[in-house]
Amino acid sequence: MAIYPTALSNAAALRVFSGDQIASLLSEVGVTHVITVPDSTIGRWEPAIEQTGRTRLVRVCREGEAWQVAAGLYLGGATPLVMIQCTGLFESGDAIRNALHDWKVPVFSIIGYRSYLDQAKLPGDTCLVFTEPILDAWKIDYRLITSPSELHVIRDHFLSCRAAGKPGAALIGE
Amino acid sequence: MATTSATASRIQLRSALETLWRIRRDDEVIITTMGSAREWMTLGEPNALDFILVPSAMGHGTSIGLGLALAQPGKRVIVCSGDGSLLMNLGSLASIVAANVPNLVVIVFDNGVYEVTGQQPTASADFCGIARACGFDSVYGFSDATSWADSARTALDAKGPTFVSLNVEPVVGGTAPHSPGPTAARAKRLMEALRR
Repeated sequence: MAIYPTALSNAAALRVFSGDQIASLLSEVGVTHVITVPDSTIGRWEPAIEQTGRTRLVRVCREGEAWQVAAGLYLGGATPLVMIQCTGLFESGDAIRNALHDWKVPVFSIIGYRSYLDQAKLPGDTCLVFTEPILDAWKIDYRLITSPSELHVIRDHFLSCRAAGKPGAALIGE
Repeated sequence: MATTSATASRIQLRSALETLWRIRRDDEVIITTMGSAREWMTLGEPNALDFILVPSAMGHGTSIGLGLALAQPGKRVIVCSGDGSLLMNLGSLASIVAANVPNLVVIVFDNGVYEVTGQQPTASADFCGIARACGFDSVYGFSDATSWADSARTALDAKGPTFVSLNVEPVVGGTAPHSPGPTAARAKRLMEALRR
């Protein structure tokens, strides 16, 4: 578990992936619906995802909803993915427990990891303290993504989790 | 927007559910939670498209219903929620409207209390007013069993998303429902039934 990584000062370098890259990836692996509450990184991917016409965005009001909407979609035969910031992960606890563990719905998620790469904006941001331990606590197998060369890691982890029928996450450094 | 005004009387929870049981079509998905789940399981042989959401994350029946309605646009999905549950996830009503799901019906059984924890009062709310403000296409409120029985099918068939508020009596001594079986197996059975 990495806590308090070295701060990067160049905020412009912190957008790990473009919307087109993420949209193409989601289409490639067959994601039908992205249930999301945006942050300033993942929210910028929305137009590209919508433009594919193959992945529908479902915008919810609070992140706990997202996991349960995803559960309903999965039970109905779709391939959903939850896309939220780590702060929303903190809010999501009981919804995750119920959907992923009571009902054993293998939802995959992309989670923005606030302040992991840029600690200048929010010095001392406790997202760095809690995000990874909480993913561990909820038994969500995740991969930490910190550079544009790691797009394939998301794809490989998604496919691996789908084959295993288990929840997983890509934790995207922001 | 269709609207029916409520009166001061109340419907017995079981009677309200018996009406739903009677008019429900075989290809409609019905999600029940808390008190509605407890009573629904006593009404008769379950339909393969019944989803007893026990255990739940309280208040998230509407969200699961939204997901099911999106995945199964050819099936009507009916979510039975309590007022305490719905208050925990009011934002889901706005999410439902934003998602534009004409095949989703939310029924709130409003008894004014957290029934299964000993009838502590819930925060009172004008649920029909909230649903209208969120933009539900059809909104109905019923406070007597006859009106509900006479209009229930019309309400379920209205252009959705649809919101129905039923003013019901709390069940004295009403307890939390027991799970009717292993969750993963029940989820799998629902998935299989939806594929048919």
